[in-house]
Amino acid sequence: MTTSTPAPDRRLVVVSAGLSKPSSTRLLADRLGDAAVRELQGLGLTAEVETVELRDHAHAVVDAMLTGFPSGELAGVLERLTAADGIVVATPLFTTTYSGLLKSFVDVLDKDSLTGTPVLLGATGGTARHSLALEYSLRPLFTYLRADVTTTSVFAATDDWAAAEGEDGGGLPARITRAGRELAEKVALRRNEGPADPFAGTPDFTALLGGL
Amino acid sequence: MQFGIFTVGDVTTDPTTGRTPDDTERVRAMLTIARHADEAGLDVFATGEHHNPPFVPSSPTTMLGYLTGVTKNIVLSTSTTLITTNDPVRLAEEYAMLQVISDGRMDLMMGRGNTGPVYPWFGQDIRNGIPLAIENYALLRRLWTEDVVDWEGKFRTPLQGFTSTPRPLDGVPPFVWHGSIRSPEIAEQAAYYGDGFFHNNIFWPMSHTRQMVQFYRQRWEHHGHGPADTAIVGLGGQVFMRKDSQKAWDEFRPYFDNAPVYGHGPSMEDFTRETPLTVGSPQQVIDRYATMREHVGDYQRQLFLIDHAGLPLKTVLEQIDLLAGEVVPVLRQEMESVRPAHVPANPPSHAERVAAARAAGTDGAAHVGGSEDRWTGRTAEDDPQPAPAGAAFGL
Repeated sequence: MTTSTPAPDRRLVVVSAGLSKPSSTRLLADRLGDAAVRELQGLGLTAEVETVELRDHAHAVVDAMLTGFPSGELAGVLERLTAADGIVVATPLFTTTYSGLLKSFVDVLDKDSLTGTPVLLGATGGTARHSLALEYSLRPLFTYLRADVTTTSVFAATDDWAAAEGEDGGGLPARITRAGRELAEKVALRRNEGPADPFAGTPDFTALLGGL
Repeated sequence: MQFGIFTVGDVTTDPTTGRTPDDTERVRAMLTIARHADEAGLDVFATGEHHNPPFVPSSPTTMLGYLTGVTKNIVLSTSTTLITTNDPVRLAEEYAMLQVISDGRMDLMMGRGNTGPVYPWFGQDIRNGIPLAIENYALLRRLWTEDVVDWEGKFRTPLQGFTSTPRPLDGVPPFVWHGSIRSPEIAEQAAYYGDGFFHNNIFWPMSHTRQMVQFYRQRWEHHGHGPADTAIVGLGGQVFMRKDSQKAWDEFRPYFDNAPVYGHGPSMEDFTRETPLTVGSPQQVIDRYATMREHVGDYQRQLFLIDHAGLPLKTVLEQIDLLAGEVVPVLRQEMESVRPAHVPANPPSHAERVAAARAAGTDGAAHVGGSEDRWTGRTAEDDPQPAPAGAAFGL
């Protein structure tokens, strides 16, 4: 036990929707998470990262879609995800958009559970021709959930893993650093207060009755 | 404590034979199941209300009215009565009639219904589910407790000088439950009126059920009906039994794997762990359900779903025999042996409600008005005892 270690200032959850092992999506997810932690350290904050491979929960995600409630380990993952101070989501792009597994996972979330949570988006694909999928499909998904999505999202094509830093500093490492900084700045400003008590907001019955 | 069964009334193909009963066969099976439950000594039979296939029980009071005549002791109830899409005036009339015919051997459970299209079919909108449940029930209560009702609300045409007949048996309305899985507003409604709260937990982990019931109990106390542990709570349940546990698993698995709602999803192993579904021997059912009170406190009514997913009638009747013969006597004894003396063992019976109402002076008239008919063959303008001008519109 590390009971003597002080609790970290912030907790991040990194979600990788890659299907293969090892996966380039996981690689991107890890780098984005590392960048956010580095930048938080620069701001004087310690951070703990939990990485979630959706592949490990694929069956539980489908079960939750069919039954309406998460079971087993997935229940804990959802609790920690919705309690996180910041989230990194990385997905492969399949047939023009994020993976179906990621969408199913998001569908299992309570629609209010990510309201205001800083989110950094990443995606991997074969060529840079798919890079805008982040903007036209993944970003609206999290905007709908009222998450606080960073301006920079990071697309990594196969080529990017071999390319040197571009002359304009626009290579993959620079984009990862910039995105990590944006997430860190948002996370530094806000701690997750935890989910709202669903019973706390229930009006007294006389208010529900109105004038009846 | 009451133990009974509740049915959804689904028409489902038996996955082991490929055979599907028609609607008539299913309705008749439901009647046989209810009669058998009465003969076996179960305490409650409750039917759902649905207005879309593959479900047949669209007209609960017709079914329950027949059953009052062919059963002796079992309490007849609903699971649930749609308070959103039914006209509360018709509910007041139909369930008062059932109460009179059954001599008070009935109660009913309000629910909103979660099938979107049913709402527009009956002129409503599912997005108004909670406001409908609140307004319609407020009117229903007035129709039962006030002899002559003037009413104006958001959802129904106004009423002036309306008397719902027959008046409730002995001037005391039926006991009402409110069923909801995840709406605190409905638990609040049940608590406000001092009505029962039923959590149909069969597709949910107990952690969720515990939260809802705790909230209802706290609000019951808040609204002045007594200590939280005296609130009237019912739970759903789901079991399949054989004397030999392994035989139960083998026999039920194809029904589980193909069942509506959870079929083709989680494994039976996972689902029995996460939800109250219990497959095994009668003793295993006893052991599992004896622990329910640890989650929700000492409660008054336990209903089991046993006739869904295409199970043949013969099997369902065998389940009733196992339930009534081996499970309920032991479970009842276990539950009652730990129940504190001040916590009711049952929901209030009609006789108890009449005694309480008479003591409090809140029982109503068993007949209203004289014997002359003021309305038939007349227009409103011919009212022999006209209301003051403008009264009909609250001016």
